[in-house]
Amino acid sequence: MNTGLRFIATVALALVVAACARDVRDEPVAPSAPADGGISQTDRIDARDFSDARNLENPDSILSQRVIYFEFDRSDVRAQFRPIIEAHAAYMDANPSARVSLESHADERGSREYNLGLGERRGSAVRQLLSAGGASSGQMEVVSYGEERPVCRESNNECWQRNRRVEIVYTAR
Amino acid sequence: MRVSLKEKLSLDFVTTVKAIGWILVMGWLGTAPAHAQLRIEIVDGVEGATPVAVVPFVWAASQQAPATGVADVVAANLARTGLFEAIPRSQLIERPTEPQDVGFGAWRLVGADYLIMGRVVDAPDGPGLEIEYHLVDVNAETAVLSQALPVRPGGLRFGAHRVSDAIYEALMGVPGAFATRIAYVVVQDSGTDDEVFELIVADADGFNPQAVVRNSEPIMSPAWSPDGRQIAYVSFATGRSNIIVQDLYTGQNRVVSSSRGINGAPAFSPDGRFLAVSLSRGGSPDIWLIDLETNDRRQLTRHWSINTEPVWSKDGEVIYFTSDRAGRPQIYSIGRDGAGLARLTFEGEYNSRASVGLDDRFLALVHSPGNNDFRIGIYDRETERLRVLSDGRMDESPSFAPNGSMILYARRDNGRGELAAVSADGRVRQRLVNSEGDVREPAWSPLLR
Repeated sequence: MNTGLRFIATVALALVVAACARDVRDEPVAPSAPADGGISQTDRIDARDFSDARNLENPDSILSQRVIYFEFDRSDVRAQFRPIIEAHAAYMDANPSARVSLESHADERGSREYNLGLGERRGSAVRQLLSAGGASSGQMEVVSYGEERPVCRESNNECWQRNRRVEIVYTAR
Repeated sequence: MRVSLKEKLSLDFVTTVKAIGWILVMGWLGTAPAHAQLRIEIVDGVEGATPVAVVPFVWAASQQAPATGVADVVAANLARTGLFEAIPRSQLIERPTEPQDVGFGAWRLVGADYLIMGRVVDAPDGPGLEIEYHLVDVNAETAVLSQALPVRPGGLRFGAHRVSDAIYEALMGVPGAFATRIAYVVVQDSGTDDEVFELIVADADGFNPQAVVRNSEPIMSPAWSPDGRQIAYVSFATGRSNIIVQDLYTGQNRVVSSSRGINGAPAFSPDGRFLAVSLSRGGSPDIWLIDLETNDRRQLTRHWSINTEPVWSKDGEVIYFTSDRAGRPQIYSIGRDGAGLARLTFEGEYNSRASVGLDDRFLALVHSPGNNDFRIGIYDRETERLRVLSDGRMDESPSFAPNGSMILYARRDNGRGELAAVSADGRVRQRLVNSEGDVREPAWSPLLR
């Protein structure tokens, strides 16, 4: 198969996978793993099958969790979040067409441009762990928004905790 | 080609980038504000502010007089500094237009130390107007300043600011900063699906706010070119950070940096040729210089830490920046050739985002002693002492007035951003109240001539 056709086939497969993954309950089940990983035709989803795109929307699967939280002015990933990152690394390893944007954020404290740097440092920490778990660097992009995109807008510890985060956003599955 | 206002405010970034030729400044005076305007309130003034009487100027021009006269603008400007007290109009006992008409004894009874008067006439040659004005010392019974200032058509309000500048300089010995503008970012419908970021440019007294750019993605870090014609800023319109330079008069803009990672913190060199920026294309944010003529870029810092928020020394030879290479953010300096790295601040756990004062002696910065509060501090490089000027908990983005008198900054009040200003000596405080939106990242323009 020439490269062009292979590319189209890959994109088509990715689109099918993405369409199915959007809602695992209503959509008919379709092949969800790449050809080299074997095709699963069963209705049952194994929540621990990290190659299965349906688990991205399966609340029983750790793959449905995509936000990593950080401590103030820190970028080291705490132990409790490592299993999430490992699961996504396994998924990306099994699905080479998958692409993620690591949208990285800081809380409002301190200056905005410094927080842009701090956000990126957190995104890079997650990228490194994903990479160690099998994801390739071409599958990941870190985009730091600093403190510009808070999910919580009050000036207190609870909000700040929720805002210091990296979101793993799939741009292709 | 002139693009309509609607297109000008289009959320479509491509349209915004490509819109060439719309005129932002359509007569800085007289256009109705398209946005909620900032209203400046004095929080703290100076004990014993100098009483000044500003007599309404006589309108002797052929065109119709504006609703807000020159005297109103001048009186408001002087009062806003907190250094002067404008005597209420009801107490103005006579209306002289020239020093020889002044009855000094009566003005002493009113308590005026100085008297400002004048008239507006048609320009002797060509279109436009001329403001004739006099500053009179009531106690010495002499005219301190008598001048005529030509004003472009539509430029009367800005002319009144220039009159204020000249009067301020005559009384204070340093130039005023009234004939200047401020840029800031306002977020409308913050936190909703309709959230919109706007880059606004307004006169320094908050009048005539105009949206320069509007987008649903974040806009950050506006910085003025030394001639006040251009603004560099950070846009996320493409989903990633880009540095844009936009001409305020033609609306032309161009992307000057869109490399992988962060493209942030632009700052024009004093000669306007270079942009100091923070780029993380090498893996972590470092300071780079971009030559705006040749597009050459040169890396100044090489360190795995965060290096950002560059600002230039007045002579353009040194760049001050924020780095956390020693663990927490502190202010450093480096030569524009990349040599002579030095750490400047040691006091407190957090010092960042420097703004340079009139000369390089004073740096305004974001300071935290380590108790979760972030305030505006002023660092004196001669005494190596840092003094806290603001009293908020979440103060940031200090920007010196071009005459070094005031520092404009952003604060948060009940979860909403607003602007405030404090004098460099900490005695005068202002709030810049905005009726709507979340306001942040003020940048004071250079002196406009």
